Amino acid sequence: MEKVLKITGAAAPLMLANVDTDVIIRIERLMGMPKDQLGRHAFEALRYREDGSEEPLFVLNQPGFRGAPILLAGANFGCGSSREGAVSALWGMGIRCVIAESFGDIFRNNCFQNGLLPVQLPPAALDVLSREAMTGVSVAVDLVSQTVTAPRGQVFSFEIDPLRRDALLKGLDDIAQTMLREADIIAWQRRDRESRPWIWEPVSGHARPEASA
Amino acid sequence: MPGKTLFDKIWESHVVTNLGDGWALLHIDRHLLHDLSGTAGLYELAGRSLPVRNPELCFATPDHAVSSAPGRTGDTFAGGAHLYHGLLQLATRSSIRLFDLGEPGQGIVHVMAPELGIVQPGATLVCGDSHTCTNGGLGALAFGIGSSEVTHALATQTLLQQRPKTMRIWFDGKLASGTAAKDLILHVIGQLGADAGTGYAVEYAGPAIRALEIEERLTLCNLSIELGAKMGMVAPDDKTAQWLADRPYAPQGALFERAREYWNSLFSDADASFDREVLFDAGDVVPTITWGTSPEQVMPIDGLIPAIADAPDERHRQAWHDALAYMGLESGRPIVGARIDWVFIGSCANSRLTDLRAAAAVVRGHQVADGVTAWVVPGSESVKRAAQAEGLDLVFRDAGFEWREPGCSMCVAANGEQIPPQARVVSTSNRNFVGRQGPGARTHLASPAMAAAAALAGAIVDVRSL
Repeated sequence: MEKVLKITGAAAPLMLANVDTDVIIRIERLMGMPKDQLGRHAFEALRYREDGSEEPLFVLNQPGFRGAPILLAGANFGCGSSREGAVSALWGMGIRCVIAESFGDIFRNNCFQNGLLPVQLPPAALDVLSREAMTGVSVAVDLVSQTVTAPRGQVFSFEIDPLRRDALLKGLDDIAQTMLREADIIAWQRRDRESRPWIWEPVSGHARPEASA
Repeated sequence: MPGKTLFDKIWESHVVTNLGDGWALLHIDRHLLHDLSGTAGLYELAGRSLPVRNPELCFATPDHAVSSAPGRTGDTFAGGAHLYHGLLQLATRSSIRLFDLGEPGQGIVHVMAPELGIVQPGATLVCGDSHTCTNGGLGALAFGIGSSEVTHALATQTLLQQRPKTMRIWFDGKLASGTAAKDLILHVIGQLGADAGTGYAVEYAGPAIRALEIEERLTLCNLSIELGAKMGMVAPDDKTAQWLADRPYAPQGALFERAREYWNSLFSDADASFDREVLFDAGDVVPTITWGTSPEQVMPIDGLIPAIADAPDERHRQAWHDALAYMGLESGRPIVGARIDWVFIGSCANSRLTDLRAAAAVVRGHQVADGVTAWVVPGSESVKRAAQAEGLDLVFRDAGFEWREPGCSMCVAANGEQIPPQARVVSTSNRNFVGRQGPGARTHLASPAMAAAAALAGAIVDVRSL
């Protein structure tokens, strides 16, 4: 995973509540299309008209926000389906950071898995950012200092989990980190086989559903 | 020592390593794999040259990308064939139990896993699917994950998780005639909002929940993610144990008794505290239907489509405006009478035997209205066979419904089965998002009885008026 330190650039305001991952990427685009091809299908219901031409009113189609690395969003951004392709689609559009009032829990986890920075700020801060960002002047997000600097210089601090922050800054891979804890997993499973044998017994007996259906 | 919640008890017993700040490496007892994220996770794992750590704790079945057409095979929907075959090959190679098309056990993951007894009270369960919360209806700690986390769970049988806050939603009273678990949870989402559960594990409790049958609890927990909560659960009770007894992957004999003793300890202590508590009276709930493109945009069936001015804030005003335009609806008018084109009865929310019985009870002896296409897609092969044994398939077919093969079908429309643009559908599924059931499709979420009633009337109707 790429390291994340600082993201600076245009911030596109998409200030709607409850933007779901189905809207971010349609399921049929995930049926075998490589992850790096998803960008052109991101937000397609909002971004393209029925004849396939671009919808000029959609913010990411506007000249100042094409390829913007930062997206500004309302509450519950990324709610709904767990599809990780939603993160790939945003990434493919060039988005590296989403600043929102809140995030869907699974989407937020998926962001961290892919080095896309989810920043949560209160509605008042997003009001300032979305108003000032309309000018197209850059917003700066700094993961080291945990700050967002608005176009006119106002600075907003954000909270981020130390464990997640550390993984992003160092570009750590969760699986490799967990595999270092294999001894803990072995010990836990050994204890659990004693205390909850029913979790382990029926499934290791290779029962077949026909047996008692 | 302060009391513990149901969530606390299950979470704490699964911590492999405490990582501080509420983070833990959590053991995963059960992992469900389907043909989208499951296949993707297995490919990713193979790409890293890593084995599946505990294949005996993993269970696979194709559901998302397979056709529901009668006589289907894994190749009928050509666009999903590579995912179907990929799941078969990779699961077999890893010694993961797979329930193939046409076998008992195949079905929507969140229908087949409870029905086989794979899901158990007090177990942790994950799947690369946000509706994994369904399985909390049996008292499991079950949640959806993305495909990177699927790979992590396959490789290590653990997940790195941050402890969520806890919310208890308490229901006094009892559901009125003509209302179902679906109405109850849609009502809750409408009242609290689609982000109310974000960051929380939700426990549903109270007399109205104790009165629900297990399949109704699964429906209730299914829509937890539509409330924003990736985990929703109901404490196990005697109904839970009785429901699980003798299921193929549930413990048997002496082990069942030992498990049951443990399950009896799984409840929130009287002095346990929650980060948020909400109270409802189930008796206040009437048949409920969505009018918009978020599951929080709901209304009582006998109400009026809301005015944009009544939205709580500017962001919601914009969302409501967009939703009404997309749905082709006008504020201030009744929803009853809106003409429909399609009805879909299926999905992990409402495709179990009791759902099909509820719909069939409305349909029996009547005909689907002219111009309406109506589908029933049973949730699993076992549901299909049980329904056929009762003659429910004939009730639906005689009325003009299509009786199809088990899978996710039109709920997620990943298998080419879509509602046409601008067509209006009453669906028993769980998401009314823009384009969810097909580009431009206009989805109204409702209970099986309400969907069945709409099919007969050719319009949205109050099932209580039939």
